[in-house]
Amino acid sequence: MSLDMSPIVTFTLDGTEVQARPGETIWDVAQRLGTHIPHLCHKDVPDLRSDGNCRACVVEIEGERVLAASCIRVPSEGMVVKTDGERVEKSRKMVFELLASDMPARDVSPDPDSHFWGQADLVGLCETRYPSDRPGAKADIPVDSIFHDASHPSIAVNFDACIACGLCVRACRDVQVNDVLGMAERGSHTVPVFDVSDPMGLSTCVGCGECVQACPTGALMEKTLLDATATQRAVYAEEVKPSVCPFCGVGCQTEVSVVGNDIVKVDGRAGPANRQKLCVKGRFGMDYVMSPERLTVPLIRREDAPKDPTARLSAADIPDLFREATWDEALEFAANGLTRVRDAMGGQAVAGFGSAKGTNEEAYLFQKYIRQGFGTNNVDHCTRLCHASSVAALMEGVGSGAVSAPFTAAEDADCIMLIGCRPEQNHPVAATYFKQAAKRGAKLMVFDPRKQGLMRHASHPVIFQPGRDVPMLNAMIHTIIEEGLYDEQYVQAHTDGFEALREKVRDFTPEAMAEICGVEADYLRDLARTFATAERAIIFWGMGVSQHVHGTDNARCLIALSLITGQIGRPGTGLHPLRGQNNVQGASDAGLIPMVYPDYKSVEDADVRGRYEDAWGRSLDPARGLTVVEIMNAVAEGDIRAMYVQGENPAMSDPDQHHARKALASLDHLVVQDIFFTETAWFADVILPASAQPEKPGTYTNSNRQVQVAMPVRVPPGQARQDWRLIEALAQRSGLDWAYTDIGEVFTEMASFMPSFDNITWDRLMREGAVTYPAKSPDAPGEDVIFTNGFPTPTGRARLVPTDLVPPDEMPDAEYPLVLTTGRLLEHWHTGAMTRRATHLNAQEDEAVVAMHPKDIGRMGFERGQKVCVETRRGAVTLTLRADRDVTAGMLFMPFCFEEAAANVLTNPALDPFGKIPEFKFCAARIRAAADEAAE
Amino acid sequence: MDQRAPAPYKRRDPSLPKGRQVSDGDVAEMAALLGDMPRRRDLLIEALHVVQDTHGHITATQIAALAELFRLSQVEVYEVASFYDHFDVVKEGEAPPPPVTIRVATGVTEQIFGAFDLIAELRARTDPAQVRVIESPCMGQCDAAPAARIGNRIIRNATVEAVLQATVQDNSTPDLPDYENLAAYRAAGGYAVMGRVLRGEITPDDVIETMSDAGLRGLGGAGFPAGRKWGFVRGYDGPRLMTINGDEGEPGTFKDRWWLEHHPHRMLEGAQIAANVVGCERIYIYMRDEYPQIIDILRREIAAVEAAGLAPVPFELRRGAGAYICGEESAMIESIEGKRGLPRHRPPYIAQVGLFGRPTLNHNVETLLWVPEIVDKGADWFAGQGWDENHKGLRSFSVSGRVKEPGVKIAPAGIPLNRLIEDYCGGMAEGHRLKAFLPGGASGGIFPAHMADRAMDFGTWEAEGGFIGSHAVVILSDQDSVRDAVLNTMRFFRHESCGQCTPCRAGTDKIVRLMEDGSAEAALYNDLMQVMRDASICGLGQAASNCVKHLMKHFPEEFGPEEGAP
Repeated sequence: MSLDMSPIVTFTLDGTEVQARPGETIWDVAQRLGTHIPHLCHKDVPDLRSDGNCRACVVEIEGERVLAASCIRVPSEGMVVKTDGERVEKSRKMVFELLASDMPARDVSPDPDSHFWGQADLVGLCETRYPSDRPGAKADIPVDSIFHDASHPSIAVNFDACIACGLCVRACRDVQVNDVLGMAERGSHTVPVFDVSDPMGLSTCVGCGECVQACPTGALMEKTLLDATATQRAVYAEEVKPSVCPFCGVGCQTEVSVVGNDIVKVDGRAGPANRQKLCVKGRFGMDYVMSPERLTVPLIRREDAPKDPTARLSAADIPDLFREATWDEALEFAANGLTRVRDAMGGQAVAGFGSAKGTNEEAYLFQKYIRQGFGTNNVDHCTRLCHASSVAALMEGVGSGAVSAPFTAAEDADCIMLIGCRPEQNHPVAATYFKQAAKRGAKLMVFDPRKQGLMRHASHPVIFQPGRDVPMLNAMIHTIIEEGLYDEQYVQAHTDGFEALREKVRDFTPEAMAEICGVEADYLRDLARTFATAERAIIFWGMGVSQHVHGTDNARCLIALSLITGQIGRPGTGLHPLRGQNNVQGASDAGLIPMVYPDYKSVEDADVRGRYEDAWGRSLDPARGLTVVEIMNAVAEGDIRAMYVQGENPAMSDPDQHHARKALASLDHLVVQDIFFTETAWFADVILPASAQPEKPGTYTNSNRQVQVAMPVRVPPGQARQDWRLIEALAQRSGLDWAYTDIGEVFTEMASFMPSFDNITWDRLMREGAVTYPAKSPDAPGEDVIFTNGFPTPTGRARLVPTDLVPPDEMPDAEYPLVLTTGRLLEHWHTGAMTRRATHLNAQEDEAVVAMHPKDIGRMGFERGQKVCVETRRGAVTLTLRADRDVTAGMLFMPFCFEEAAANVLTNPALDPFGKIPEFKFCAARIRAAADEAAE
Repeated sequence: MDQRAPAPYKRRDPSLPKGRQVSDGDVAEMAALLGDMPRRRDLLIEALHVVQDTHGHITATQIAALAELFRLSQVEVYEVASFYDHFDVVKEGEAPPPPVTIRVATGVTEQIFGAFDLIAELRARTDPAQVRVIESPCMGQCDAAPAARIGNRIIRNATVEAVLQATVQDNSTPDLPDYENLAAYRAAGGYAVMGRVLRGEITPDDVIETMSDAGLRGLGGAGFPAGRKWGFVRGYDGPRLMTINGDEGEPGTFKDRWWLEHHPHRMLEGAQIAANVVGCERIYIYMRDEYPQIIDILRREIAAVEAAGLAPVPFELRRGAGAYICGEESAMIESIEGKRGLPRHRPPYIAQVGLFGRPTLNHNVETLLWVPEIVDKGADWFAGQGWDENHKGLRSFSVSGRVKEPGVKIAPAGIPLNRLIEDYCGGMAEGHRLKAFLPGGASGGIFPAHMADRAMDFGTWEAEGGFIGSHAVVILSDQDSVRDAVLNTMRFFRHESCGQCTPCRAGTDKIVRLMEDGSAEAALYNDLMQVMRDASICGLGQAASNCVKHLMKHFPEEFGPEEGAP
């Protein structure tokens, strides 16, 4: 029987009859009723299991010989509990005295302000009478103490202040399931360790800092708060402000500590997506906003400065190429350049790239500016490079591009299928829910052409041939249909196209597909059965599915898997493309897409268009605009002559980088609005210094459809301005009569076009902080799980779309015998514009690498660490060779965050015909020793 | 603007992923070494034994390879390995331990018989590069103290010469005693009772009633009535499991060893009867690693009974790895699950949530071995052998120290100590006069000679702040220092505390330090003893200071100049 099922219990607490709610411990009840019981190893956080080991919270229970830890003891009916009295107070005080006698004295301890010392005050600890031989005990801390470890860039270890309470271990193991920290040795030698008692910085630690957030003594602490010796606290926050993490689509809520205008510390806040958890990027990656490389003054390109597509520049080159300008001059120059092209060549000669990193309001304003100001739909953003194919398949299949259930639905699932995603690197906090589910016994199926850490937790790890998703998934669909494991009732009630699907997959037997996809037929059947027969199964996918020429087909297969088994529309089931950028969901919802207005309303629909024409007072473009890669091609061909790029970096992110940069350099007018001198800004005619995420107000929509508010926690540096104000200023200078008083007004206007935001008002967002859409009423919580009864399609039914076997566009051959795949590293975000300048993150991964299996390295006569040259038909880059057993034989993996060896010099720009997404995940390549290495 | 760049840190090698890497070869080598052992978490300690036995130590790389095979993280393997005394983890750049390891038992009995002199002399006469001499907790050989162990060879009544001679021998195989094997046991009527129970000639309810009437109690030390325990566990929904606690670690205790060295089938048959009555699906025997000869005997005899079709409930034999705390039933269960031996909180009790989360019947070796005979001869036969009507049954006393004939003494429950000494042990050793005694090993307290007329049974010593526990009786004489004995017990508990809870982890350490510093400030001790007794999670911490309390109360002249108040 689970605790939650147990009834209300009545017991006596300090002489008063009280009631315990199901699952409540004595500590919980006392706390709720206003009695604070001291605690150390217990932290009042839902995911952090209480352990009852420190004994600071002991209480007396009538009839029991010894005292009990109130943090883990659930009261029983009629129990008589005393939380005070000489006996418990003696024990509590002794616990503190014993711990303190083995620690440095308070004034020299790592954190005199720690939870421990606060609680020690409460129990009235004043002296420590017991001898100790722990280094540093009751004395000044020797910096070279065996307990001091400053090897990690961001976290200082000072275990002389450790009380062995194990909170760090539970944070690492139970909350994050990173399993790096453990408790080693025993007795008075008990000590937390990393891996095999390794220095933290050289261990498998992923730097999420959950241990730091949990530690009650400062034994594990942010280095940013410590003095130069990393042993003693030197920095105290002046203010703590709520915010939202700027990195991935998980949408973790944060609590940002600031001193002046500096962010000194970030903690996890209890948001719906993260429940106080964070990853290394969110916790330690924020100092990019304080980088000396921030743009602080408007810049206009010097007339004589050439745009060299082959140049490699840095912030130091700015004075040579640009001159500082006033805002008035820069805005005038920026707007004029755009309107001049419009007036000379028509609006179709202008294009805009908005950003999935900005707010919903910015995205809305940006697309409005391009559409209203230039009469073109040539507006897109990086969703094109990540989930465009997923969205195409979802719109076609289920009538909505958003997720059907949040990633926290993994908690309710019996079977979790992860494919083409590496959440431990790219969605680390979402990954915690998957790992926790696996620990609780849910089946976890991890499909990836590369090995990955999650496979350790998986009941079904599946390493398959890259680019062979469709045959593999069709074999599963075949099995499910052939063995009658599909949900006939669901199929009949809610889907169209089943017969065509059945017909199509008839020949795709596991036996026939096994050789193509590299997964044994029996295993394919097992996978199919496991998924189909689960009570509740859910699918999560990422770029490994979408970034292929058959990306839309991949997603169609996943949708079919989910639909034919009826694994959708119930708790613990559904389809969830894991969103990459913090606001890629929101930017897409807001219409930052060439085919649609906000809420995915087609630009080709005359009624829809009419509504916007009425609202915006001009005729609008009736045809869909060009997508990201198409825009770059149109630029190269001279059809597009001016661009406005806000917060995007196509010079790094687009495939076939030589081509993209040549195109950018050829523009007549390029306006770049950014916080850094990005690779795209190298080609700008005017650069508008803008606001970083922690500096701006607005809303963001995460992967779970949770719309979250963030207000500024600091002001932009120098003359840098709010992005939304800059878009507004350009609009005004382009002849539009925009005048918004505040960001809430923008939200309200945007929401008026978006039925999905019904019942979600600015006031409500300010009040609740996060609201999931759709919400049925102004006070009803949003719906986590949708499609509970049909689909938002014209028929109300979902559409099953059969798929054919399409091989990757560029197969390996004798000349280019290896498969190159690209992706991200845990520490680096996207093109690295932010994270390469986040010193703590860059410290972890500061060198461009290409990863290869050690056996391949040996076979080809290389040595790890040497410089190698990776070549494809599009270009070559030189970088360091990393030996990584996760990379399978015959493959190369390159992260695309390193400007000095950009992966996208190499990638294939071939597009998926539906989503127009390039095949970043597969191209043919070869590798050789770099010239200087070969010469040795 | 102030970018807070990282302070000095160690740059990791960019040519590798994070952390220690293993090669395919390292993993393959480990896989070959483990053979067909299933890669299940609960077998992790068994796997660590295989590596330690093969290589004499466990490298960090081997830890990482084990982690990969068992689908654990490195720390999940390391924290287990580092918890147990019998695993030597060697990191990169560290020297492995010398080829020969001598463990010398250093319990109270061994201490008074010169264990520390033996250690000093062994160290003086061996090359530390070739031989290491380890002060080991009691090895269950106190009837022949001092005792030493090299490899799987145990040297009783150890002399320097005997130990040194053994260092040049092959010590891989334990010396097996001449024990009652399956054929002999069956010839004497063994397994007949089990057959009657299996055939239903005796019902489970009858067996439980007989156990209750016989007054059979848990002889691991807690003394819980066996019949009641069977009833409880049977009352919880299956599947149920059974564990046998062979981790006889209480200093001074060796009765389980003695029984298994002579009559292993009594326990095996008793276990089958209990498992059948309670409805347990599997019997896990957790045997302390200090008894290699018993592990060998059990391996052989379990195979024999299985071959003979006499094990309807399968046995699974698990090896401890040198941790006294694993004698605590819930810590033992953690250890069987392949984890660090940390005692669990109660409730829930293991009868409800035990091994692998299932209702679990746990018994000590001795408790079970009485079962067939009691069922056969009846409750009255057993109950009637007590000292008087208040004390039922027989007990196996492990007697060591200053008596003429130390050893396992099967005597009536409740026998007064002076009668035990006189009637069963040939009296005090020549020239020694009884001064103090420990009725129940290191944790049961220490009492003065004038209390030797009291009943040696459960219920007597509790009022005095002690207990009889596993009936490990250590006799000290007028030539022995009670203070030294008490400090010995405290050093033992400090070494064996699992480290989980503050009172025990820090308290055992502080008491040792106070005593070593010569402190006689009673308040310091009293405060420590109170928090340890009141707030420790398990019995180790709660009872660890018993002897100190008795030192202060009964032997104030040895406690120190300042008179201690209890």
